[in-house]
Amino acid sequence: MIEWLDTIIQGVLLGGLYALFAIGLSITYGVMRVVNIGHGDFLVLAAYLALWPVMQMQLNPFLAILPVAALMFCLGYSLQRILLNRTIGPNPLAPLLATFGLSIILRNGLQQVFHSDSRSFQIGALGTDSIAVGGGIAIGLFPLIVFATAIALTVLVSLLFTHTRIGIALRATSDDAETAGLMGIRARHTYGIALAISFALIAVGGVFAGIRTTFTPESGPAALLYAFEAVVIGGMGSLWGTFAGAVILGVAQTLGAKIAIGIGILAGHLVFLAVLFFKPTGLFARTL
Amino acid sequence: MLRVRNLVARYGDFQALFGVDFDAAKGQIVALIGANGAGKSTFLRSIAGLMPSKGGEIRFQNEDIGALAADEVVRRGVSMVPEGRRLFRSLTVEENLRAGAFAGRAGRWRLETVFALFPVLRERRANPATALSGGQQQMVAIGRALMSNPDLLLCDELSLGLSPAVVKDIYAVLPKIRDEGVSIVVVEQDIDMALKAADEIYCFMHGRVTLRGAPRDLGREAISAAYFGLEDR
Amino acid sequence: MTERGVSYTVSRNTRTSVAAVWLGVASALAVLSVPLWGSPALMRWGVEVMCYLVLAQMWNLMAGYGGLMSVGMQAFVGVGAYSLFIFAQHLGVHPFLAIPLGGVMAALAALLTSVLVFRMRGGYFAIGTWVLAEVFRIAFSNVSLLGGGSGQSLTVMAHIDRTTREIGVYLIAATVLIAASVAINLLLRSRFGLGLTAIRDSEDAAESQGVDVKALKLQVYTLASFGAGLVGAVYFTSILRISPNAAFDPNWVVAAVFIVVIGGIGTLEGPVLGTAIFFGLRWLLADYGTWYWLVMGAVAVGVVVFAPAGLWGYVRARWDLQLLPLQRRLILSARQPQRGARTLELAGKTEVGRT
Repeated sequence: MIEWLDTIIQGVLLGGLYALFAIGLSITYGVMRVVNIGHGDFLVLAAYLALWPVMQMQLNPFLAILPVAALMFCLGYSLQRILLNRTIGPNPLAPLLATFGLSIILRNGLQQVFHSDSRSFQIGALGTDSIAVGGGIAIGLFPLIVFATAIALTVLVSLLFTHTRIGIALRATSDDAETAGLMGIRARHTYGIALAISFALIAVGGVFAGIRTTFTPESGPAALLYAFEAVVIGGMGSLWGTFAGAVILGVAQTLGAKIAIGIGILAGHLVFLAVLFFKPTGLFARTL
Repeated sequence: MLRVRNLVARYGDFQALFGVDFDAAKGQIVALIGANGAGKSTFLRSIAGLMPSKGGEIRFQNEDIGALAADEVVRRGVSMVPEGRRLFRSLTVEENLRAGAFAGRAGRWRLETVFALFPVLRERRANPATALSGGQQQMVAIGRALMSNPDLLLCDELSLGLSPAVVKDIYAVLPKIRDEGVSIVVVEQDIDMALKAADEIYCFMHGRVTLRGAPRDLGREAISAAYFGLEDR
Repeated sequence: MTERGVSYTVSRNTRTSVAAVWLGVASALAVLSVPLWGSPALMRWGVEVMCYLVLAQMWNLMAGYGGLMSVGMQAFVGVGAYSLFIFAQHLGVHPFLAIPLGGVMAALAALLTSVLVFRMRGGYFAIGTWVLAEVFRIAFSNVSLLGGGSGQSLTVMAHIDRTTREIGVYLIAATVLIAASVAINLLLRSRFGLGLTAIRDSEDAAESQGVDVKALKLQVYTLASFGAGLVGAVYFTSILRISPNAAFDPNWVVAAVFIVVIGGIGTLEGPVLGTAIFFGLRWLLADYGTWYWLVMGAVAVGVVVFAPAGLWGYVRARWDLQLLPLQRRLILSARQPQRGARTLELAGKTEVGRT
C-alpha cells in the first residue's frame, strides 16, 4: 500500500515537470490556435544551450536556467516575428508544416553539433537528497523543487494573463484576433510574446529534464507528446487544467511503469486516448 | 475629415463595392442605409482596415490610410464598433474597455468618462462582458471604441438584435459623443432611426451609393427608390 | 451554354494534358520494363523510390486535398508491414499475396482508430495521430511472437528463388505505384474529388454546399492509410527484416511531408517532382545524413513560408501548364476572342487563369 502511495507521489511530482513542458504549448495554442510541432525540439535546444555554461564555466545548472530562459524568450519572439507570423493566414496547414520543418532542422542540427551521446546535468547531493515525510515515504528534494517551481511559474503566468496590459492583449487576441486589431492590439507582437513566454518556460523544463534524467538530440518528440497529452487531458483554455493534466499524465506513467517496466509511457498514452474518447474537451475545460 | 474616392472592394471573385465616393465632416453624424448585402458593412470594414481595398483612395485628416491595417488605422484616430459587438468573451467589462485603449491616444475618454456616459457599466465592471444584456453589451462595445479617443467613430449595425426601446437609448448617446468632437458614421438598417439621428444620409445599393443628402432634403420616395431600387436602372 | 452573351464550353483537356496522359503511359511502361534490363541493385533502389512516391501521394491526398495534417502516417506503414509478417511468416500466406492484406489491415486500423483521432482537428489531429503511431510502436514492441523490440526476419522468403523474389517485389511495387497514380487521378476527377477540392478551398463553403465533410475526410483518411499499409508491406518485403523502430519510424512521414511540400502540396504532379528532388539531394549528400535532413528541412520551411504552392505551383504559374487534366476549364469564346481562350478554373481555386 505504502509502495503505491509512494509511486503516486512520484507521479505527481513528475507531473510538475510535464507541466513545465505543457504550459507553453497551452499558451501558444490558446493565443494563436496553432500547435508548435517543434515544441519538444526547442525544449531540447534549451537544454543544450545550458550545457555550454555548465560545462565550460562550471556554472550551477540552476543558475544556468536564467540566462537560457532569457535567450529562449528572445529566440521565441524573433522566430515568431521573422518567420512564423508569415505562415498565419487562410491556410491552417502552413504554420504546422513550418514548425514541423523547424523541428527536423533542429533535431538534425543538434545531432550534427553534439552527436547522439546522451547528456545530463549534475547537481551533486541535491540530486539524491530526500525528505522523509513519515510512514516510510520519502520525497526526493529535487523533484519537489521542480514541482514547486512549476506551481510558482503557473501562478506567475496566470497573474501575467489577468493583471497586466500584455495579458489583456493576449487574452483579447485569443478571443478574437480581428477585433483585437481594431483596438490597436498588434497580433504580430502578441503572437511573438506568446511564443517567447512559451520558450522561456520550456527552457526551465528543458534544464530540469536534463537534471532529472539524460537527453539526446532525439529527446524532442517525447517531450512534445507529453506536453500535448497534458494539454488535451486538462482541456482547452485553462492553465491550471493543463497543470492538472500534466499531473494525471505523470501519475499514469509512474503507475504504468510500476505495473510493468516498459509500459509506463504506453500507460500515459492510453490515459490520453481514454480522455479523448470519453471527454474530448478535456477534464477541466473552462466552460464558456 | 474623411474623404473616400472611387473605393473598390471584393471578396475573391465577388465585387462588393464599385467606386464609392464618400465624405464625412468634423462633428457630423452620417448614416449609411441600404438593404442587406448593399455594401455598407464592407465599406465600413474597408475604412477600418479590416479589408484590403482593391482600388480607390481613403484619406483621413489628409493622410492616405487605404493601405493600413486595422491596428494602424485606430492609431490614426478611426475606431470601430463592429457588427455583433464582438466583445472579448474571456475579459470582464472593465478589461474590455481597457483593451480599447491600446492605440495609446490621449484625450477625453478614459474609464471614468465612459462610466459617466454609461453609468450601468460601472456597476457591472467586474462581470464577464458576455454576462451582460444585449443593450449593455452594445454600451461596452461603444465605450471600448471610445477608449482609443477617436476622431471618427464607425458603428456597424448598432441596433442588431436589440429591442426598440434599447435602440432608442443607444441612439440617444450618439449626439453626446458627437458633441465631444467625435464624428460618427453609423450603418443602420432602420431607416427611421437613421433619418432621426443623422446629419447626412448615404444610401447604398449593390455596392454603389445611390443617394446622399441631409435627411430633411430627401423625400421618402427618393429614399425608397434608392433603397429598394424601384427606379429602373 | 450562354450567359450574358458569352458562350463557353467546359473542358478538362488541354493539349499539354493529352500529351501528359501519353507521358504517363510511357513512364509506366518504362518503369515496368526495368526487370528486363536493370540490375538487382537498381530494382531495389527502384522499390524504395516507388514506396516513397506512393507514400507521398497518399499523404498529399490526405493533407493536400482532405486538409488532414497527419504526422502519424507511419502508424499505417507499420501496421501494413507487420500484417505482412503475421500473414506470411506466421500464417503461411504467400508473401506476395500477403502484401494487399497489409493494405487492408492498415485501412481497418485507420477506420477503428478514427473514432479517437477524428475527435481532434488541425494541429491537435496532427499530434494526436503521432501519439497513435507511438502506441502502435510500443504495442508491437511488446509482442514476443513478432520478435519484440528487436524485430524479426522474413525467413519464408528463402523459399522463393532470388531472381523471382527481386523481380516479383519490384513488379508489385510498380503495380502499386501505377494503380495508386491512376486511382488518385480518377478519384479526384469524380464526384468524390470535387467534394475534396471543395474542402481544400473552404471547408465551411463545402459544408454549406451539401458536402458531407466529415464522411469524406474519413474516407480519404482510410484510403490513404490503405496506401500507406501497402507501402509498408512492399518495402519490408524488399528489406526482408522488420523492427518496431523501423516500421513505425517517424521519418516515413517526415519524408512524405517534405516531398509533398517541396513538390507542391495539393497537386498531382507535386509528389513526383518532390520525390525526384528528395532522392536527387540524397544522392548528392549521401555521406552527410544529418546535413541531408537539415537541407531538406530548410528547403521545406522556405517553401512553406515564401512559396507555399511548391515547385510545381511555381512552374504552373510561370508557364500556365496543366499537365494532368484535373481542373475543369471554362473556355469563354464570345467577348474575348482577341486574347485567345480565357480560362476559369472551376474545380480548383476560382480565379481567372492567365494565358
